[in-house]
Amino acid sequence: MVPAIDISAVSRRFGQLLALDNVSFRVEPGEFFALLGPNGAGKTTLISAMAGLTRPDSGTIRIMGHDVVSDYKAARQSLGVVPQELVFDPFLTVRETLRFQSGYFGLTRNDAWLDELLFKLGLSDKADVNMRALSGGMKRRVMVAQALVHRPPVIVLDEPTAGVDVELRQSLWSFVQELNHAGHTIVLTTHYLEEAEALCNRIAMLKKGRLVALETKDKLLARSNERDVALKLSSDLPASLEALRLRQEDGRHILRLPELGALEGVLATLRQASVEVRELSMIEVDLEDVFVHMMQGGAN
Amino acid sequence: MQGFLTLFRKELVRFWKVSFQTVAAPVLTALLYQLIFAHVLSKHVEAYPGVSYSAFLIPGLAMMSMAQNAFANSSSSLIQSKITGNIVFLLLPPLTALEFFAAYLLAAMVRGLAVGAGVLLVTSWFGLGLPTHPLWVLIFALLGSAVLGTLGVIAGIWAEKFDQLAAFQNFLIMPLTFLSGVFYSIHSLPGFWRAASHVNPVFYMIDGFRYGFFGQADISPWLSLGVVGASFILLSALALWLLHRGYKLRH
Repeated sequence: MVPAIDISAVSRRFGQLLALDNVSFRVEPGEFFALLGPNGAGKTTLISAMAGLTRPDSGTIRIMGHDVVSDYKAARQSLGVVPQELVFDPFLTVRETLRFQSGYFGLTRNDAWLDELLFKLGLSDKADVNMRALSGGMKRRVMVAQALVHRPPVIVLDEPTAGVDVELRQSLWSFVQELNHAGHTIVLTTHYLEEAEALCNRIAMLKKGRLVALETKDKLLARSNERDVALKLSSDLPASLEALRLRQEDGRHILRLPELGALEGVLATLRQASVEVRELSMIEVDLEDVFVHMMQGGAN
Repeated sequence: MQGFLTLFRKELVRFWKVSFQTVAAPVLTALLYQLIFAHVLSKHVEAYPGVSYSAFLIPGLAMMSMAQNAFANSSSSLIQSKITGNIVFLLLPPLTALEFFAAYLLAAMVRGLAVGAGVLLVTSWFGLGLPTHPLWVLIFALLGSAVLGTLGVIAGIWAEKFDQLAAFQNFLIMPLTFLSGVFYSIHSLPGFWRAASHVNPVFYMIDGFRYGFFGQADISPWLSLGVVGASFILLSALALWLLHRGYKLRH
């Protein structure tokens, strides 16, 4: 099967800054894929390169098998991008904006689909309102609709929920999930790690232009060696274990172990001190821990 | 093709929605020039035998207005899109460089022609009369708007700030259009300034346009056509090359 996105050895330098450093990965059709990294990691540069807004110094990118430089028409026809910056044309209404955008993709008589998009994004009653009169969240929804006018098989959202209220964030994600279930490949970048954790199957992490991790979400979560464990004890924590303690809550001691194997030693120490374990539970790692860990250069 | 048509229509909608400012205002400005200069100079100057100064002035003003407005249309539309960032919605779709260029160019020409027609209409009682060679009038109206519309595309691509575009407009376009024989026949100029006028392409637009009305001008309309036509070909080749390379648009 042709990959939805095929990024091969892409590098891009802006003056002194190496924004992308030999990045390669593939996204398969139907995936829900997250691109994570701190500000300046190269996420937006990579998306711009996919969309033809930036030209890589070296390497190639294919969207549904179409090279974004040599076969740019087919590549762009296959790709819908929601840019990060909130931008709009102040001369136009919502419907005009979407009709013109359809036309740029060569589509006329697209109104049935545009109406459906307006409805799904809660914009039906704003169709004839000028873009200037919309709130930030509403403008963001129009940008999502604009990216979808040509029903692209691959949809890229560059931090679509930054600065957006909770309600919109949830309705937007349920709409994007619906698109994913309908077969669209979704790539998103986000600062909200819980979003990536909740929605995506596979995750790539970028740091200073380099790909530092590329794995399924579950593997990535399993990759952090540190484990937090909550213990309820019959008496105080022995002094020798104080160093491991993160905090105490609800009568439980939360210990951070450098790895799971260290639990054995902890239990032995407790036995020697005649402290009885009343309750023991592992605390699930979340993506944020893994992320922070990786960005500090711990793994890989 | 559909992409081009859509962008062309969008560009028309853009200036038409503010036509008071983009069409009516320049027509009024030209009318004011006509009223003042015709009043002050009509008794003193006769540019060509049998042609009153009032009549002589009109084609010059019409062409100057066409040129300035064709330039303003493409350049201001592009710089606004670049500064507000909504140019991205034109860069994401599969539009070719030619489609992009042709849409901005034709919309600029339509605005230029609308303004030119407006100027001719409101100055019609100053005794211009019907053109002797309507085809020359049409050719120079189209080519003159096209050259400046193209220059507007180039300026709009190049400029990164309104400031830079204003500099382009005030230090290049304004002198070129004012010092082009709008208000006088260049035969009345001293030698240096007459020679200087001959390197100004806008001079040829105005002279050729005038020839169409009066059947006489400072130079042959064929020479004017050659210069204006060559300017258009060179500038559009440059504009297309810049768009094809993505100069200042795709980084």
